[in-house]
Amino acid sequence: MHPALQGIITILVGVGGCVGYFYFSNQFIDKVLFPARGENAGRNINRANMVRPWLFLLPALLALGLYLAYPVIETLRLSLTERSTLPDGSTAYAWAGADNYRQMLNEPKFWEALRNNAMWLAVVPALATAFGLLAAQLTDRIKWGNIAKSLIFMPMAISFVGAAVIFKLVYDMRPIEQEQIGILNALYLNFGGEAPIAWLTVPFWNNFFLMAVLVWIQTGFAMVILSAALRGIPEETIEAAIVDGANPFQVFFRIKVPQIKGTIMVVWTTITIVVLKVFDIVFAMTNGQWETQVLANYMYDKLFRSNDWGVGSASAMVIMLLVTPILVWNVRNARNEMK
Amino acid sequence: MDIAGQKSSLSWAVHISVVLLVALWLFPTVGLLVSSFRTSDQISTSGWWKAMFPSQQNLTLRSDAPEMQVQEGDIYVIEGMLFPEGKDAEISVWGVSSRAIDSFTAGDTAPLSKGGEVTVLANGQYRMENTEPFDGTRGTRIFVTATTPPEFTLRNYQNVLFDPANSEGMAKAFINTLTVTIPATIIPIVIAAFAAYALAWMEFPGRALLIAAIVGLLVVPLQLALIPLLKLHNEIGIGKGYLGAWLAHTGFGLPLAIYLLRNYMVGLPRDIIENARVDGATEFQIFVKIILPLSFPALASFAIFQFLWTWNDLLVALVFLIDSTGDTTVMTKQIVELLGTRGGNWEILATSAFVSIAVPLMVFFAMQKYLVRGLLAGSVK
Repeated sequence: MHPALQGIITILVGVGGCVGYFYFSNQFIDKVLFPARGENAGRNINRANMVRPWLFLLPALLALGLYLAYPVIETLRLSLTERSTLPDGSTAYAWAGADNYRQMLNEPKFWEALRNNAMWLAVVPALATAFGLLAAQLTDRIKWGNIAKSLIFMPMAISFVGAAVIFKLVYDMRPIEQEQIGILNALYLNFGGEAPIAWLTVPFWNNFFLMAVLVWIQTGFAMVILSAALRGIPEETIEAAIVDGANPFQVFFRIKVPQIKGTIMVVWTTITIVVLKVFDIVFAMTNGQWETQVLANYMYDKLFRSNDWGVGSASAMVIMLLVTPILVWNVRNARNEMK
Repeated sequence: MDIAGQKSSLSWAVHISVVLLVALWLFPTVGLLVSSFRTSDQISTSGWWKAMFPSQQNLTLRSDAPEMQVQEGDIYVIEGMLFPEGKDAEISVWGVSSRAIDSFTAGDTAPLSKGGEVTVLANGQYRMENTEPFDGTRGTRIFVTATTPPEFTLRNYQNVLFDPANSEGMAKAFINTLTVTIPATIIPIVIAAFAAYALAWMEFPGRALLIAAIVGLLVVPLQLALIPLLKLHNEIGIGKGYLGAWLAHTGFGLPLAIYLLRNYMVGLPRDIIENARVDGATEFQIFVKIILPLSFPALASFAIFQFLWTWNDLLVALVFLIDSTGDTTVMTKQIVELLGTRGGNWEILATSAFVSIAVPLMVFFAMQKYLVRGLLAGSVK
């Protein structure tokens, strides 16, 4: 069957199935199970209203449970087991305790990935937020600010892979006797560099060239959120500061930034999560060579290239562990807000 | 400051900074876009930023083959044009040996190694003369340095998208991406909308806990789900394929969908819903007739997110969709592949990348309003 046709059928079955499920299950409890008539009408209406939320929630809960909650537990279990293929071709899982973790901790590539991830975490959220704040503040003050905003925001729509191609062209290197077609090398030679550099193969610094891609993508996000926050600042506070003789820089750093601290934190943590999961950029640009490995790509390597599910799951758990503080923080914030 | 009603002395600095910032952000993408309209020769001999100006290129051209020669009195002559028809280039220097490509200037006459001589004019016209007949099957190579006007071509797009042999695989990958994207965008919306309504407007024990759980699931890295779900898909017989990819995208997209929609629905006016309840509408009717139409902006926001996310996704496709036959490959995967095999062929890479970027960019510019609204509602406050 042609995949496009299969797609259309899936849409019909999926959407039709969902709507049908909701419609008929509602009919069922209203008309058959707890009909709102007869002597028990009142009690039945109450009962139907107790069941109904769960009818509405059921498909979502099933999907969430199966696709997000269960994998967390299962990954934890897999990280503590060793998978092996038996002589008869079947696979067996044996309890391995902390062996996978021990093996992982003994691999230099893991530490390289962890070190690089730490650098990403230190650099990308900070730079993206700072650029975003700068762009938000500047564009809010000019007439053509909205056009400028949309152009800075545009990379958000570009895939990590597309961005990887875009930046590979920026970092391209040709031998010195040829003309450079990568803008970075062209500029470098123009400003006194002696020989073109293959930027992505220079250990340590190449990490920053990869980070630049994510900063480029995420700045627009930071800008949009922070720009809304800046507009939400009460005018009086700014007017009062100006009347008191504050210059524009003081207004920005002393009056505006403190008032949007909460939003800055939100932007920062959101980008932090993106960074922890960063995979495509490294996969497409260096694939972890030249000491640019990161955790998500390390995990992919383990799972699908070395076929080592144990260590792969263990490294996935490391990512989960790193995300957990933010998860807890988010949940607490959400709960406070609902009260 | 604007508020004080007077122009700030910093105003010009602001304009210049924004121009710089925008240029810096736009430059990389423009580079790729411009490159996708240039021939591989142009790309590899000059930077894309020079594409707007006439460029100097070293070209290796060939005269007509000896079989075209004519006899004029007692000399043999081959005459013709070095450039293909319609090309408007100007030769400055030229040569007849690859080791001396700039020995002669336009209009000079040079001796040929196999006997005879050749004259090349600036516009590319040449005349070869010899007292003996020219022999061999191929024309003589002539090395020129020519200034060519800026030139753009659509041929790359033709090659990438409409080549019947589909040698780069992009046309097929485009369809595959579309096939993944559309169901993976629509299905989670339907499921999430019902759940969000229950979480927003129905009272039941455990509601707060569920909302908290969904906020928590928002940040669970999908990396954790790869192996357990691949294992599950294999066990229940889905294996690798579209169905698995659709289900995975649905599952991974749901927390954001529910969160966004619930936040929006909670803000809808209570009166409308309660009046409808008093009038005897069932919850299902309220949902379909009142809540859904009113929630359109939130639905649109999420649809854009999910569309961009599934269109641009690489990891889910790698794990759940693309099998060893490669029939179901998506554009992101195809581009990564091209990066490996065609790393130097920028005309193919740039064009392929732009084909995959173009659709999300159109969606982005057409529906930016909803995207921004969704971002503002979706970032956990």
